[in-house]
Amino acid sequence: MADAAIATETAEPLLEVNNIEVIYNHVILVLKGVSLSVPRGGIVALLGANGAGKTTTLKAISNLLHAERGEVTKGNIQFEGDRVESLSPNELVRRGCIQVMEGRHCFGHLTVEENLLTGAFTRREGGAAIKDDLELVYSYFPRLKERRNSQAGYTSGGEQQMTAIGRALMSKPKMILLDEPSMGLAPQLVEEIFEIVKQLNEEQGVSILLAEQNTNIALRYAQHGYILESGRVVLDGEGKALRENEDVKEFYLGVGGEGRRSFRNVKHYKRRKRWLS
Amino acid sequence: MNVEFLFFLETVLNGLMAGVMYALVALGFALIFKASGIFNFAQGVMALFAALTLVGLQTGQVPFAHLINAIFGTEVHHFGWELPAIVAIAGTLVVMVAFAYLFEGLVLKHLVNQEPIILFMATIGLAYFLEGFGDLMWGADIKPMDVGIPSGGSFWWEDVTREWAPEGSDYFGMYVDKLDVVAAIVAVVLVSGLVAFSQYTKFGRALRAVADDHQAALSVGISLRTIWVVVWSIAGFVALVAGIMWGAKSGVQFSLSLIALKALPVLILGGFTSIPGAIVGGLIIGVGEKLAELYIGPLVGGAIENWFAYVVALVFLLFRPQGLFGERIIERI
Repeated sequence: MADAAIATETAEPLLEVNNIEVIYNHVILVLKGVSLSVPRGGIVALLGANGAGKTTTLKAISNLLHAERGEVTKGNIQFEGDRVESLSPNELVRRGCIQVMEGRHCFGHLTVEENLLTGAFTRREGGAAIKDDLELVYSYFPRLKERRNSQAGYTSGGEQQMTAIGRALMSKPKMILLDEPSMGLAPQLVEEIFEIVKQLNEEQGVSILLAEQNTNIALRYAQHGYILESGRVVLDGEGKALRENEDVKEFYLGVGGEGRRSFRNVKHYKRRKRWLS
Repeated sequence: MNVEFLFFLETVLNGLMAGVMYALVALGFALIFKASGIFNFAQGVMALFAALTLVGLQTGQVPFAHLINAIFGTEVHHFGWELPAIVAIAGTLVVMVAFAYLFEGLVLKHLVNQEPIILFMATIGLAYFLEGFGDLMWGADIKPMDVGIPSGGSFWWEDVTREWAPEGSDYFGMYVDKLDVVAAIVAVVLVSGLVAFSQYTKFGRALRAVADDHQAALSVGISLRTIWVVVWSIAGFVALVAGIMWGAKSGVQFSLSLIALKALPVLILGGFTSIPGAIVGGLIIGVGEKLAELYIGPLVGGAIENWFAYVVALVFLLFRPQGLFGERIIERI
């Protein structure tokens, strides 16, 4: 799958989300028709502000929504051509689609290594194959090997994010739904983690659907991006094109069309905007 | 050794034995609490139900005999067979696993992601249901249990200890119930098994993962439903062991379900999430009770045994709320 980037254009998409609507608690409409597709071996970014519906979209795909009393009421989701909306999360993991949740969600009382091993829960192979994969994860995240015997709850935020990604990797996924990996991390660390994600994508052929608020970095790594606003896709396009787009620049990257604005003007502009809306 | 000291020793020994019995019940609580954050109010009743079923199977009672007779006007009570203890135990185990499976499918499944208090309420409901159901199924009379566990005082130990007393004193040796010794051995084996299971197996690891973070466990493909069935089955198994020991000791009667209340201070002492904690907590409570009865009892007119454990638990809550072995609450700032 090393030539995945070339195949991107022609192959049938690995994941397709068609016009889904998600309702929480039978009343709260969160997604109002979201469509997107992720090609095999691609990195696709899902962008938008807080509450735009990024996490909900990912959870709708991985089916974690059910445990939060949300459900997909319209549209459909296809993974490798099969409808998957009614599958349980563990069945989906078995098929190769796993989510790394926002906020890392490591098992705090388990050691780093035990955390990684839980990722292999759905696999039926013997210990040898799993051990090999553990070494593979350590080769991508050498820092985890040093901390393998410490309780995950006591490791740093960056190490926890690495543990969470490594844990997902242990399930031998075809696709990782990566929710907000930059959250709460130092910029340098964010860079490091995105580099590793890119390597995983290129060397292991894992497709990535990435939800990010950090539009700048997400668009540098993603081939394609979707921008969500209050539960709808308002814009989509190639990563490069989105970065050049004037609206994206203004709303998400913080640079205005005519170069940098003075801080005073920005403030004024924002205030007026709030009155009007 | 002087007689005074031998008395002290005997009290400690009996306290330890009593503690093991408490620990057996506390163990079931700790297991379920650790894996799902549910305080299972029904653990004591599960032990009762397991004991009832075991005796029923062993002596060949017809389940629901009263109900059947009332509806059809028949007179069936016994199948007329006697099962060997080991077969009856296996049969009871099957019943407890089936029970875990049903409880998950009918109740827990629908309460995923609810507040712990709601799950707690569900277990209270379960406790009353199971008590009534056990009554309906096997009848409410007190039944003796005989699964071949030796009981009664050990003469050998009595003889040995009599030698320890100084020449000429009227000491007759220590009393230790053989049943209690068996219970202690069983408890050690049980705990070692459980600890090995939770530390070194895939399911054990998954179980601890679920205990830490339901959501994350779901996200890595651990099926909560499977884990819950496994946990409740194990809790059922532990309840069966506790039921056998208590049943053999004091007969299978409905007051057996009240031993659950004794497990509470044990848990507070040992930590709700710790399997070894349940054992050590049980031992401390057992010994503490007996010693308090012996030394403080005469000063306040006795009957300390009944409330001493709760006072100890209260003190612990003040100074070490997570218990002796409870998981440290990890907080990152």
